[in-house]
Amino acid sequence: MSTMQISFKLNGEDVAVEIAANTLLVDLLREELGLTGTKTGCREGECGACTVLVDGEPFNSCLLPAMKADGRQVTTIEGLGDDEGAVESIQQAFMDMGAAQCGFCTPGMILTAKSLLDKNPAPEEAEIRQALTGVLCRCTGYRKIVQAVQAVAQHNGGEVTS
Amino acid sequence: MSPAFHELHWARDIEVSEYLMPSSLEEALAMLAQRQGKARVIAGGTDVVPELRRRDYQAETLVDISRLPDMDGIAQEGGDIVMGPLVTHAQAADSDLIQKKAGALAAGCLAVGSPQIRNVATLGGNLVSGQPAADASVPLLALEAQVTIASGEGERQVPLREFFVSVGETVLDPGREILTQIRFPALGEGQGSSYQRLSKRKALTLPMLVCAVVVSADAAEGVINNAAVALGPVAPVPFRESQTEAFLAGAKASREILVQAAETATAQCTPRDSLLRGSCDYRQEMVKVLVRRGLASALRQAGCTLD
Repeated sequence: MSTMQISFKLNGEDVAVEIAANTLLVDLLREELGLTGTKTGCREGECGACTVLVDGEPFNSCLLPAMKADGRQVTTIEGLGDDEGAVESIQQAFMDMGAAQCGFCTPGMILTAKSLLDKNPAPEEAEIRQALTGVLCRCTGYRKIVQAVQAVAQHNGGEVTS
Repeated sequence: MSPAFHELHWARDIEVSEYLMPSSLEEALAMLAQRQGKARVIAGGTDVVPELRRRDYQAETLVDISRLPDMDGIAQEGGDIVMGPLVTHAQAADSDLIQKKAGALAAGCLAVGSPQIRNVATLGGNLVSGQPAADASVPLLALEAQVTIASGEGERQVPLREFFVSVGETVLDPGREILTQIRFPALGEGQGSSYQRLSKRKALTLPMLVCAVVVSADAAEGVINNAAVALGPVAPVPFRESQTEAFLAGAKASREILVQAAETATAQCTPRDSLLRGSCDYRQEMVKVLVRRGLASALRQAGCTLD
């Protein structure tokens, strides 16, 4: 098995790692780099628990050979907020609204919502629901998750339509 | 181990020993040629990675074409729309040109998977995977697309009608050849297209049925000049319903005609009874509904009023 050197920006910091040819990004993040905030769910692109942002867009890291990260900017849930405990507004909103139960989908939900809000600071409910279709939550019924994103949208000047 | 067990418990990892990232088409084709069928092309990877985990086929080497230059463009050249194979479903769904001049394709691309899948899954991959339910392939078939296929020996053009061979199989050899271009006539005045999909949920689900329609009509006379009706997954490959198309050519556009046309649409449909996709009988009936809706919507876009 041949190995390859790749380098990319991970949560704002340069990393260079040696990977095997068959390494998937989710396994590189969790097992080599110790970032277990990214979850492994179905490993086939159905559940979105493994969602990370690549150049700001959401991707299923379980379907991405790690080679594809070479030269890109990857953001995982660990990249949000800072070491002093400050969190981003979308994270705060999830806490305020109680938008998590078991928490397994939460990193994927928050990153997907962040990607939406970065492009569209005040999305409408339909846009929020559409953006979140790629992450499955089996606990909450989505209502509070959507409300959390709406709270940020409202704070950013959007109207809550429902 | 029973087949059902195998189906539910794929291998955790993919098995490849070499992963290559060529920077030109020539380099990619040379890599494939050197490995004599033991390499396979990967683009977005949303099909290839699960297929490798399922051990559907073996590949010692993956040749990743996702960074080949000039393969992710969407442009109009004369009367044609020309797309690179690396155009993603997200890119096609968002494209003004595709929305305006190939509406059924934009709608089909938006129906695929989730934003996460659409951000990486490519149109070339949707075609080469050769799945009868492929949401981009069915509208491309209705749009009279043709593809360019390159290998070490040269290039060939293949109309999409001759491209699909069987479930998961096309005329393209994924160990030797690369799809390099998708081309089809842009829709204009007096034309319309529609994409109809039946699925269990609104998102993240494979379709039970897909129907893409493209029509050209003389709106003033209320006459359908011609209609293209493509269907999936009701046979091993996506296909054009020639009987319905023949019935509609030159017909007066009316609701009654569309009902009659829809009745002819199941001639080549042989859907299996499927727990996932519904019974054969149900889908045969629903094909008619989707064809009728698709024709009505496309004809309205073409400027026809239906009474």
